[in-house]
Amino acid sequence: MSVLVFTEHTQGVFKKKCFEEVQYAAALAKQMNTTVTAVVLGNANADAMSQLGAYGAQKVLHVADARLDNLNSRAYTKAITAAAEKDSASVIILSHDVTGKAVGPRIAARMKAGMAAGAIALPDLSKGFVVKKAVFAGKAYAFVNITSEQKIVLLMQNSSPVIKGEGTAVVETFSVAFDDKDFGVQVKEVNKVTGVVPLGEAELVVSGGRGMKGPENWHILEDLANTMGAALACSRPVADSHWRPHHEHVGQTGGTIRPNLYVAVGISGAIQHLAGVNSSKTIVVINKDNEAPFFKAADYGVVGDALEIVPQLTAAMKKFKEAHH
Amino acid sequence: MKILVCTSQVPDTTSKVAFSDNNTKFNTAGVTMIINPYDEWYALVRALELKESGIATAVHLITVGKADNEPVIRKALALGGDEAIRIDTDSNDPYVVAAEIANYAKNEGYGLVLCGKESIDYNNGIVGGMLAELLDMDYVGFAATLNVNGNIATIAREIEGGEEVVNVNIPLVVSCQKGMAEARIPNMRGIMAARTKPLKVVAASGVAALTTIEFYDMPPAKTGVKLFTADQLDELVSALHNEAKVI
Ligand SMILES: Cc1cc2nc3c(=O)[nH]c(=O)nc-3n(C[C@H](O)[C@H](O)[C@H](O)COP(=O)(O)OP(=O)(O)OC[C@H]3O[C@@H](n4cnc5c(N)ncnc54)[C@H](O)[C@@H]3O)c2cc1C
Ligand SMILES: Nc1ncnc2c1ncn2[C@@H]1O[C@H](COP(=O)(O)O)[C@@H](O)[C@H]1O
Repeated sequence: MSVLVFTEHTQGVFKKKCFEEVQYAAALAKQMNTTVTAVVLGNANADAMSQLGAYGAQKVLHVADARLDNLNSRAYTKAITAAAEKDSASVIILSHDVTGKAVGPRIAARMKAGMAAGAIALPDLSKGFVVKKAVFAGKAYAFVNITSEQKIVLLMQNSSPVIKGEGTAVVETFSVAFDDKDFGVQVKEVNKVTGVVPLGEAELVVSGGRGMKGPENWHILEDLANTMGAALACSRPVADSHWRPHHEHVGQTGGTIRPNLYVAVGISGAIQHLAGVNSSKTIVVINKDNEAPFFKAADYGVVGDALEIVPQLTAAMKKFKEAHH
Repeated sequence: MKILVCTSQVPDTTSKVAFSDNNTKFNTAGVTMIINPYDEWYALVRALELKESGIATAVHLITVGKADNEPVIRKALALGGDEAIRIDTDSNDPYVVAAEIANYAKNEGYGLVLCGKESIDYNNGIVGGMLAELLDMDYVGFAATLNVNGNIATIAREIEGGEEVVNVNIPLVVSCQKGMAEARIPNMRGIMAARTKPLKVVAASGVAALTTIEFYDMPPAKTGVKLFTADQLDELVSALHNEAKVI
């Protein structure tokens, strides 16, 4: 009857979204009067695994097969489904990210479990199992009732603040019999963006558009982002003109993000851009045109020349950081 | 090798989103429907390129939807593709969509099944993975390039925190995103040809839904932007700290 949660790690390290998932699973388990089991795949660190207890996991099932260090949706599905069976899990939580979307749907189809993707709140159990999610690129919410016996939820990150508690989880190794066919995806080359906060995970994002005039001006956004501890993003024309790498492009055709704070500099706020960012909790717009559509979606704004405002904002942020050290 | 491209129709991004029947139905009045952009620009165009370069022998399009999807299916056929299949049922449960497509595709011998990274209305991104499981195929999601050499597909895909290049044997299911191909505009010849291309209507196998959408809601309207001048940036920073509580 447990709530199972799949926590992905990067070389043994769990990211904040894993803690958020575990915490979500724990809150759900409490309502359901049951326990939380986390599933960890591949080479992982025992200490880091038991630390998942601080967010509400009682137990970790660890499948330590090194072949699981690469994403193979079949192998992951087999392992997580086996863990779900062992634990008689009635709900499985994964993250609404690249891995969750490769594995969760497979598990759902295999178990004939209904699935809600992109959950932003705990299920409402008083009306069945009703999960709130954003639809139409954040223009509305849908309330999805999962009516099957077993249920799969993909949790949108940054849906609730993560609070570390006490406790450690018991780590159990668990073996799964794989076939060659489970590892059909052969990795030839890996390019990981290192040293920066991945955009999808960043709580604070500084983003630039065509109003920045050219790549030579980006250092002022970098300074602001560094001061704030923010990740960088950009509008599509900026990536298309190779001012910035494509993975920074957000919007309908790029990434979808929902940071706590999105600072949009020299971006007009076209609907296709908003589609990727309008679920951000707070939006600050800096634009020289007071009629730029982005101001309608903004919480705070500054009308003026970005090249002047941004360095001043960086200075104000620095001052604030020093005062609140 | 035959390719199957999954296409769905969605409201144009610029549409006004509104609901009827006590907020239980999406109101399509005055809404223009388009082919889901990821299906059109990336999955379909890449499939057509693979056919043009002699790697694929046929490109089929499949949609799960009622007859009101046909104008959009014809538009997709105008870009290219040999035939379209419409499975005659309507559902916003991803499992129903995936299972209906799988029931049709399982004996058709497709080498590649392509879909988009997500549909821009429900923003799920999960039909492709379900389909792979139901067809017992490998799955590569968020693909930015796709090449096929003999029996092996080489794909650059997005992963957590980066990108990687993988080799996978066909048959497989791939979900497509930007990088895959350049959007095309249908020409007159394509539009004319699309009118007479086969559009097969197949009865649904009647898979039961595992989820239902109970109702919709709108996010609270923004209360209006608070403006600061260039010499009030300290105030902006303290508003972000004290009021918005985001820094
Ligand atoms: C199907 C489709 C999909 C699309 N997908 C995306 C997407 O995913 N992401 C995306 O971003 N776009 C997307 N677009 C493009 C989108 O419609 C806009 O064209 C794009 O977002 C505009 O980028 P921008 O705001 O940087 O540039 P512009 O629209 O050129 O805006 C520049 C802004 O900067 C301001 N400005 C100029 N100089 C200064 C200055 N010195 N200081 C301060 N402000 C200044 C201007 O007032 C203006 O508001 C898509 C379009 C289509 C048709
Ligand atoms: N009704 C449908 N008919 C055919 N293909 C669909 C349908 N719905 C979704 N798809 C495919 O599945 C992909 C992901 O959709 P979704 O999981 O709904 O976000 C889309 O990009 C389409 O390729």
